[in-house]
Amino acid sequence: MTLPATPAQTIGPFHGTALPFPGGADLAPAGHPQTVTVHGRVLDGDGAPVPDALLEFWQAAPDGSLTGAPGSLRRDGGVFTGFARVPTGGDGRYALRTLVPGGAPYLALCLMVPGLVRHLFTRVYFRFPEGDPLLAALPPDRRATLLAAPEPGPHRSYRFDVRLRGTAETVFLRFGPARP
Amino acid sequence: MALSEASEKSWDEPADRAAAGPLSSRKRPLAPPYVGRIARRPQQPPVPLSLAPGAVELTGPVFGTADVSPSDADLTRQHGGEPLGERITVGGRVLDGRGRPVRGQLVELWQANAAGRYRNRLDRHAAPLDPNFTGAGRALTDDEGRYRFTTVRPGAYPFPSAVHPNAWRPPHLHFSVFGSAFTQRLVTQMYFPGDPLLPYDPIWNSVPDARARERLVAVYDPELNEPEWSLGYRWDIVLDGPDATWTEEGR
Ligand SMILES: [Fe+3]
Repeated sequence: MTLPATPAQTIGPFHGTALPFPGGADLAPAGHPQTVTVHGRVLDGDGAPVPDALLEFWQAAPDGSLTGAPGSLRRDGGVFTGFARVPTGGDGRYALRTLVPGGAPYLALCLMVPGLVRHLFTRVYFRFPEGDPLLAALPPDRRATLLAAPEPGPHRSYRFDVRLRGTAETVFLRFGPARP
Repeated sequence: MALSEASEKSWDEPADRAAAGPLSSRKRPLAPPYVGRIARRPQQPPVPLSLAPGAVELTGPVFGTADVSPSDADLTRQHGGEPLGERITVGGRVLDGRGRPVRGQLVELWQANAAGRYRNRLDRHAAPLDPNFTGAGRALTDDEGRYRFTTVRPGAYPFPSAVHPNAWRPPHLHFSVFGSAFTQRLVTQMYFPGDPLLPYDPIWNSVPDARARERLVAVYDPELNEPEWSLGYRWDIVLDGPDATWTEEGR
């Protein structure tokens, strides 16, 4: 049996009082020594910041497991749930505090943007592993848009900007026929 | 309304491939489709990726009673008094493309109040706020994939632009749904049956396929009525990966 899918629609401008939740960006357990920050801006084709976008991250735990855990929406500060939801501020900035995943070294990112008819998918790589089929299929300049750049300084922090359009446009993904 | 949407003048701009696809329409749209803000729309086509077993996106977040309380699904009981408006019960099932229930997953709802006003700083529509209505709810699907909300029927609100200075959004509920895989993530809107505003709505018409648009419209279901309390609407949601819209375009 194949059921036709429910189509997507724009998130619209008014989700801000419903979807973001306290601690949404705090994926790393409180005070965890391996905490890293991934931060950056969401920018449009004119380089203007995009406020009120919503970034959702899903990732493996540091041991590589992908089971996740409940509790993202009401975090108790002790459990790594694998899921984060981070809105951009008026300056288009977001910041995620997390742990570097084990196994495949990337965060899956679903991006919901007011003014787009549907959501976007991409990946945030901490490093480019050998033999990654997605990276292998991309020209080097496009590949570079998926790398979180480590920043100098005592804190472990990475810069990842999303460019929705134009020069250095981020690679967005469409998932193929493989089904869970 | 949606001043931020209105100020986009997005309908003046040429529709992209997805928005201007062939219409197999039984109902001809009376409004050009919403194509969004050009400056935010990627120019490059999305890169197709067949996910190998073990890929991160074939799994997804899990939610539970730590995240959602049963009372989160009743938007009429979040304040000291009762919200104004016609009480409704909205329920249905979340299924995957093979008809299997999506169990224990998160369904989120947000909406305008009965007067067509959101409790949101961006909404400047000159309709009253309701002190007894926030307009946001959450539910978990049960073992059959069922969800259920109690709320009030939202009002229409104006959505003007240069092309359509007098356009209104039909009453709608915004839904956010998770599947068992991150690829199944869905954000969409539910509409009410028999609404004369629908053919004029650029947002509804942004779905290029007429049959797919119809799948956004709930059915009135007296079985879901709560006796002498609320009117029931049934709306099933089918998650089929992220590319449902694009797939249909090719049909
Ligand atoms: Fe709306």
